[in-house]
Amino acid sequence: MDGLDTGYMIGLFPIILSYVPLTLTMAVTAMAGALVLASAQAIIRIFRLPVIDQLVALFISFFRGTPLLVQLFLFYYGLPRVVSALTSIDGVTAAIIGLTLHFSAYMAESIRAAILGVDRSQWEASEAIGMTRGQMLRRIILPQAARIAAPTLMNYFIDIIKSTSLAFTLGVTEMMGAAQKEAAGSFLYLEAFLVVAFIYWGMVEFFSFFQRQLEVRMQKAFVR
Amino acid sequence: MTTSCKIRISGLSKRFSDNVVLNDINLDLEPGERVAIIGPSGTGKSTLLRCLNFLDRPDAGLLTIGDLSVDATRASRAQILALRRRTGFVFQNYALFANKTARQNITEGLITVRRLPRRQAEARADEVLSRIGLSEKADSYPSALSGGQQQRVGIGRAMAMDAELLLFDEPTSALDPEWVGEVLDLIRSIADGRQTMLIVTHEMQFAREIADRVVFMENGRIVEQGPPARIFDAPTDDRTRAFLRRVG
Repeated sequence: MDGLDTGYMIGLFPIILSYVPLTLTMAVTAMAGALVLASAQAIIRIFRLPVIDQLVALFISFFRGTPLLVQLFLFYYGLPRVVSALTSIDGVTAAIIGLTLHFSAYMAESIRAAILGVDRSQWEASEAIGMTRGQMLRRIILPQAARIAAPTLMNYFIDIIKSTSLAFTLGVTEMMGAAQKEAAGSFLYLEAFLVVAFIYWGMVEFFSFFQRQLEVRMQKAFVR
Repeated sequence: MTTSCKIRISGLSKRFSDNVVLNDINLDLEPGERVAIIGPSGTGKSTLLRCLNFLDRPDAGLLTIGDLSVDATRASRAQILALRRRTGFVFQNYALFANKTARQNITEGLITVRRLPRRQAEARADEVLSRIGLSEKADSYPSALSGGQQQRVGIGRAMAMDAELLLFDEPTSALDPEWVGEVLDLIRSIADGRQTMLIVTHEMQFAREIADRVVFMENGRIVEQGPPARIFDAPTDDRTRAFLRRVG
């Protein structure tokens, strides 16, 4: 067995690292979009708004019931044939949209559970002082639901970061794609993919650290 | 404080599936009148209060507060909001906003519902905090307050809105005995200000002291009502007598 070519790996690090901003851009954009979309879905489901409630249920069922890779392929390679507006879409945008839709379905369920986890007294107190539904959600319920949902949502964010590697399959040169290209020239696949693995691992650890800080801060109101 | 209008509850009824909880309740409150509702548990006292601001939706009845009249069978969302803005509610379990400090619990309604500028709302909150004796706890979250302090904030939150009618739903029932006194003292001082109030309570002595009128309810109906001295010392209905014997 050959030893690892550590010199090659060290040289590869800065090259792969230069794709981190692209990975983060895709992840953060998808996360932001998914949060908005998921909150909307959760609220629609909780208030059982007629018709769109069923549509949302179907949406969630589909996006949770099929693999992300299949969804991305459908969206990028399949749909443009019927939806002409999608023909000019680039891989990065397609990946972001795919990740947004996919993860919004998962996040909707955890946001919904978190909203339902807010004590009934909080709804009643907001109703009793005469708040509208929107005020109630914005000022009282969602902030408390956010605290409940934060750990799970943070896990989804981490999952999104890792899932951006699938953009590679849409022809996007991101970290994975760059490593693949480098390795194709050097044949040092183990080294190249180890470098990619280490960088993902480091990013995830970095955000996990933030996650713990955030949770401590959000508990502030609830610690005696 | 604005305590200038008459309140009328007529024909209020509520059922939960087959169980009739309120059966044709009729009750008027004069401006500034303090009415205590007593009766066995599960007779609809709390439901009556909760129907008055539509926390529970009544099935029938007409609610009138001053110039606002709401027919329960076809109350619009706007009417329900208007009703809630004219009533203040004090919960048995305090129900403070867990994500807000004591001061924010009080300013919340002033800012979002009454649309007061923040500074004005805060000034009002500080006034109320000093009235309820919790100025030094202004920045504490509910989780850092004792039960008695939480309930005082709960009362302050309702007071601050200058509601025409204050509703107290067994405000001391969830409290450890050591905190009951301070909460009753606070309610007593509000009552002294001739705030119109409807209070469901198990504290008979307290009801006798602060109420202008005591209403005895059983099985979703008003059985008997009158001045405290008459209800407590010379009840005319057997059911009232039996109840008072049990709790006395």
